[in-house]
Amino acid sequence: MKVTVEVNGTSQSHDVEPRTLLVHFLREHCGLTGTNIGCDTSSCGACTIHVNGESVKSCTMLAVQADGQQVTTIEGLAKGDELHPMQQAFHENHALQCGYCTPGMIMAACSLLDEIPNPTEQDVRLGLEGNLCRCTGYHNIVKAVLAAAEGAGK
Amino acid sequence: MIPVAFDYKRASSAEEAIALLAEYGDEAKLLAGGHSLLPLMKLRLAAPSVLIDVGRLTDLSYVRDAGDHLAIGALTRHRDVEISDLLQAQQPLLAAAAAEVGDNQVRHRGTIGGSVAHADPASDLPATLLALDATFVAKGPNGERAIPASQFFTGFLESALQPDELLTEIRVPKAPGSGFGFQKFNRRAQDWAIVGCAVTRSASGTGVALVNMGATPLRATAVEQALAGGASAADAAQLADQGTEPSADLNASAEYRRHLARVLVRRALEAAGA
Ligand SMILES: Cc1cc2nc3c(=O)[nH]c(=O)nc-3n(C[C@H](O)[C@H](O)[C@H](O)COP(=O)(O)OP(=O)(O)OC[C@H]3O[C@@H](n4cnc5c(N)ncnc54)[C@H](O)[C@@H]3O)c2cc1C
Ligand code: FES
Ligand code: FES
Repeated sequence: MKVTVEVNGTSQSHDVEPRTLLVHFLREHCGLTGTNIGCDTSSCGACTIHVNGESVKSCTMLAVQADGQQVTTIEGLAKGDELHPMQQAFHENHALQCGYCTPGMIMAACSLLDEIPNPTEQDVRLGLEGNLCRCTGYHNIVKAVLAAAEGAGK
Repeated sequence: MIPVAFDYKRASSAEEAIALLAEYGDEAKLLAGGHSLLPLMKLRLAAPSVLIDVGRLTDLSYVRDAGDHLAIGALTRHRDVEISDLLQAQQPLLAAAAAEVGDNQVRHRGTIGGSVAHADPASDLPATLLALDATFVAKGPNGERAIPASQFFTGFLESALQPDELLTEIRVPKAPGSGFGFQKFNRRAQDWAIVGCAVTRSASGTGVALVNMGATPLRATAVEQALAGGASAADAAQLADQGTEPSADLNASAEYRRHLARVLVRRALEAAGA
């Protein structure tokens, strides 16, 4: 069936089976491979994207459920060569090592700041509970999100 | 992991969803947020041949003051329950429990109706709604009926909901200023409770229910009776595992679950001011 999703501001129409997961729609049909698949069991958050501005695990949603909706992936954050403030904060705070969790972590963090613009450290740690990182020990990720929040508040 | 192929039908009204259920019968499953059903389908533990998507029935997403009670549409997402001003003011236990479900991403998709219909004893909202003496409204080909929470959860992942019925509304009493406590013990932050406990305390008495202490969510009746008889929170909590049949799994033995129930009930009662 035909599924049309507005992905990063561009309308994407593809003929897919109803059982196609949104993450596969994005990676295989739209060619946007920035969204990673980590666990494929709704646990790790590596596949986090935004649906209508809110964080969602794209391995746990069908593409047809996103039909007619707005999706943002990690590719949609930067403006040309200029990184999104959250990407810049991850860069400056050394918030990644292997980088596998990073696209999902950044998408979850942006959604979190939309809901809690001035979070405490505890808000950030709790707000990212759906995203696992096997490398960093989370400390610098939390620092980066707090830095991004502070930057946005200026 | 990819689910077994199925036909996809999108319902544009509750009536259409009920008609589709009648048409496809046992082969069909309703899809709300998909955060219980899709993981099961990906593991191929569930393989419905037709999915009826009710996720766009936005007219079933609401929290309303209905006079003598509060009414919550079945398609209301956990996130919207969590941040509802009306619930925070008039039924704070439910808002607090919704905030404990999974993680932000899960709460952006999962719905209260899906959680109730799935009837998982390890889920947070079924036990919470049992403690609150909620009423569930189901619509089917023969009209609408109201089912009290005490009669709803009939077995492991089983409920009084019929296969041709759509859950449309959840009703909870108004309890402004009520004391409440919600306790959940798990190993990973986003996980289901190894054991959990919901307590509501108002002028009409104290309701206590347990998460994951048997095949269904359970009322801790021994605790409630002890409190009504004047027992202290600490003494009453010692009775928390009475009448329960907790399972053993890789997270906890049955005996450890009993211990957790006693500790968590005490903490929840104390938080509720009992
Ligand atoms: C990673 C992860 C962590 C989670 N952690 C928790 C947790 O800590 N605590 C917790 O309580 N839950 C947790 N959940 C489950 C989550 O709360 C689900 O959203 C919820 O249980 C099901 O709601 P849904 O809208 O997603 O339902 P769906 O998955 O769409 O449906 C579930 C079942 O209910 C039926 N159904 C749905 N809506 C209706 C209706 N209106 N009428 C009749 N039948 C209906 C469906 O046919 C299906 O059988 C977690 C889920 C995930 C993926
Ligand atoms: S790949 Fe989706 S949560 Fe891990
Ligand atoms: S940076 Fe390697 S998983 Fe997070």
